[in-house]
Amino acid sequence: MVGTEAYVVLSMVLFILGAMGVLLRRNAILVFMSVELMLNAANLALVAFARQWGASDGHLFVFFVITVAAAEVAVGLALIVAIFRTKKSIDIDELHQMEG
Amino acid sequence: MQTYAQLVPLMILIPSIGAFINFFWGARVGEKWSSRIGIVASALTFVVAFLLFSYLTNNHNEAVIVNPAFLDGWIRIGNSVEIPWQMRVDTLSVTMMMFVSFVATLIHIYAGGYMHGDPRFTRFFAYLNMFLAFMFVLVSGNNYLMLFVGWEGVGVCSFLLIGFWFDKPDGVGWKNSNAARKAMIANRVGDFGMLMAIFLIFWTFGTLDYYKPGEIANVELAEEQAEEAAAEPSEAVVTEGEAVVAEGEAVVAEAVVEGEENVETAAEETGEGEAAAPSYTNNDHIETAQLGVFGQAERMIEEGYEVDFGPFSLPIQTVIVLITLFLLLGATGKSAQIPLFVWLPDAMAGPTPVSALIHAATMVTAGVYMMVRSNVLFVNAPLTSFIVTMIGAATAIIAGFIAMGQWDIKRVLAYSTISQLGFMVAAVGVGAFGAAMFHMVTHAFFKALLFLGSGSVIHGMEHGHHHVHAHGHDDHHDGHDDHHDDHHEEEFDPQDMRNMGGLRSKMPITYWTYLFGTLALAGIVPFAGFWSKDEILADSWLAGLYGTTGLQQFAGFIALGILIAAAGFTAFYMWRQMELVFYGKPRTKAAEAVEESVPSMTIPLVILGFFSIFVGFINTPSEFLGLSNIFGKGNLIHFLEYSLVNVHPYAPLGGIFNPLIGFAALGLGVTAIFLARSIYGHGHALTPNTADGKDPLAANPDTGAVWNLANARMYWDETYYRLFEGPFNRLSRFLADTLDWDFWHDYVHNVVIAKGFNAIGNLLSQPVDLGLIDGIVNGVGRLATWISGRLRRAQTGYVRTYAITLLLGVVFVIIVLLLPMLQRNG
Repeated sequence: MVGTEAYVVLSMVLFILGAMGVLLRRNAILVFMSVELMLNAANLALVAFARQWGASDGHLFVFFVITVAAAEVAVGLALIVAIFRTKKSIDIDELHQMEG
Repeated sequence: MQTYAQLVPLMILIPSIGAFINFFWGARVGEKWSSRIGIVASALTFVVAFLLFSYLTNNHNEAVIVNPAFLDGWIRIGNSVEIPWQMRVDTLSVTMMMFVSFVATLIHIYAGGYMHGDPRFTRFFAYLNMFLAFMFVLVSGNNYLMLFVGWEGVGVCSFLLIGFWFDKPDGVGWKNSNAARKAMIANRVGDFGMLMAIFLIFWTFGTLDYYKPGEIANVELAEEQAEEAAAEPSEAVVTEGEAVVAEGEAVVAEAVVEGEENVETAAEETGEGEAAAPSYTNNDHIETAQLGVFGQAERMIEEGYEVDFGPFSLPIQTVIVLITLFLLLGATGKSAQIPLFVWLPDAMAGPTPVSALIHAATMVTAGVYMMVRSNVLFVNAPLTSFIVTMIGAATAIIAGFIAMGQWDIKRVLAYSTISQLGFMVAAVGVGAFGAAMFHMVTHAFFKALLFLGSGSVIHGMEHGHHHVHAHGHDDHHDGHDDHHDDHHEEEFDPQDMRNMGGLRSKMPITYWTYLFGTLALAGIVPFAGFWSKDEILADSWLAGLYGTTGLQQFAGFIALGILIAAAGFTAFYMWRQMELVFYGKPRTKAAEAVEESVPSMTIPLVILGFFSIFVGFINTPSEFLGLSNIFGKGNLIHFLEYSLVNVHPYAPLGGIFNPLIGFAALGLGVTAIFLARSIYGHGHALTPNTADGKDPLAANPDTGAVWNLANARMYWDETYYRLFEGPFNRLSRFLADTLDWDFWHDYVHNVVIAKGFNAIGNLLSQPVDLGLIDGIVNGVGRLATWISGRLRRAQTGYVRTYAITLLLGVVFVIIVLLLPMLQRNG
């Protein structure tokens, strides 16, 4: 049986990859996908610890996260579509009208 | 028995309530009930005074000090100042209460008729009752501060009543209120003396009480009586043994004045000291600090005490001289003596009942009462006594002299009052305190009578004048006559004796009572004034013969000489008044139309007339014509002895009456009366034309100058005007015009204050407000703009920036959360 440490390490790697994606990519779709990656890294860690302790809280939580992520994707994709319609681009570096 | 003495607060309470009712509901209850309330209040005080008197006579004349209920103490500051509101019922205060309340009651009755129809009738009665309340505070207090409260209170009432008719037309009201102010101001000078004396007394003795409770006022008398009482039972003890001892004690307790002391005396003789209650015939057992003012003064003199005044100290005798001099100044104000007597003649502006009650019978005697009360101090201050004698004698003769030259019926009586007060003050000076009180009592009766009589005459003259005036209008419809009449109306003075004459047949009751008053004042035997005046003269003679120092002897003889002459003046001016007012023929139409006054005015006259004849017998001399067999010997003196250590000077040396001096004064008085009759009587009276009416003495070139001097009141007011008022007015004009207006207003206000204010205002508005305050406020704003300008750079608008910031923040939070865990593990 694979140890919990391995899951956690994998989760960490996935999280870092996701984070780097969010910070470094300029395509909004990709940023979105990276966010999903981070969420799922977290899910992995939750499930791993849940298995470790034999508690079902972690599993429960993961379901919530997946649900929220689905909702988020729906809203996020709708936003991206809206942005694309106005800007003709989904490059997030061009979206800095909020600059102070 | 104790309960009777406890009634003494009622003396103050009853007239206070009367005044209260009249002040607040007087207008509602109306004239009739208003006067009834006043009269009843006054009469009730007499009843209370009489109960107190009977209490004293039934209790061996032992003084009682009463602490009124609900008044626990009065002034209490720490442990050093304690001035209780204590009332003293002793023979002196009760004597005052008796005659004050009695005369006041009659005058209240009289005032009900005299003031009839006055628009402020009820207020008049309220004032009268208020006066009574304060008068009883004055006489019943057991300390100098209560005396002072009453002293000021009666002064206020005097002020209010002198200026009672302040709103009379044609400048008369102005004159009245000026007279009231004059009285107030002259009394302020005297009150300064009173206050200084009170401060000095308090500094020296640490108390203001005359005598503390349990202290014996007249130690000598107490010891004498104890000895007398002890003499009898001791025989019984020797002969019959113990059963009789008890009986003897009982006899002693009943027979003796200071009851308890004698029990001790008797007990000592039988060797049963412990069984008897501790009682004393002297004050040796009381610590000096626990004694009242007089007890302490006597002890301090024995010890040769020095009074410490901080930077310097004075021997006690000197301090007592100072205290008594200040007291004398107070007395000269209230009792109208030289140099402060000028207010009393002007005080006649008040309604006549006021003149009778306040300015003749009661209030003006307060100064004499105060000095009599302080007899221990005065006896121990020979220098002051000398000055007192001189002031009294000088006042007596000068006021008597001025009275001879006056036309105003009340003014004559006013100067006469001053003169008689001079007699009393001189009596105090020679040490004849009992005689001073005696003269005060008799004078209260006959001078009140004379004033009320003069009020009756004035009232009659006014009515007569109105009568004539009314007829004038009815009879003549001719314009010229009317005009003439009106002119005459304005000139008419109902108090001017030149307008009177021949009133004897018109006002028989007033005439007869006035005659009795005159004879009493002139000192004609057997009227009251004879006895009291001659007691003063006899005591002066004793002081002259047996005075312990040359100064006393000198003062005694001087007083005797001056006072006899003043007695002659008294008889002269009083008979001059009788001739001008009652004898001869009426000199004006008004005088012809005079009618007798209403019964409420004449009944008090009759009662006072009765007392003017007989009140002298309360103190009949001991060895004279067998009168003492009927009326008793020197009752008043013996009564007063219980409160006054020094009733009359050098008492054992002689009686209180000297036939030689008495008849010399009587002879002089009778001579003066006949002299006055020969000058003013018969056909020599004034010419009918009042305007040109000249006094026969003024018409005579030999006496004209002297008479004019008396008529001008010796230019006393004018001299004061020159000496005090003129410089005072110039000074105040300088202060008002130059100092206040020119300097203070024009310079200080306009230049210093206004300009200085502007300069400071400019300074504050320009550099301070605009520069500093606004700078700070604007600076804060600018600083906020600058900081926010910096901070807004952080908002890049790039999602990435926010994301990394968020990430770093989460990492930071996690580190912070995990840090304690790491430390625990490490």
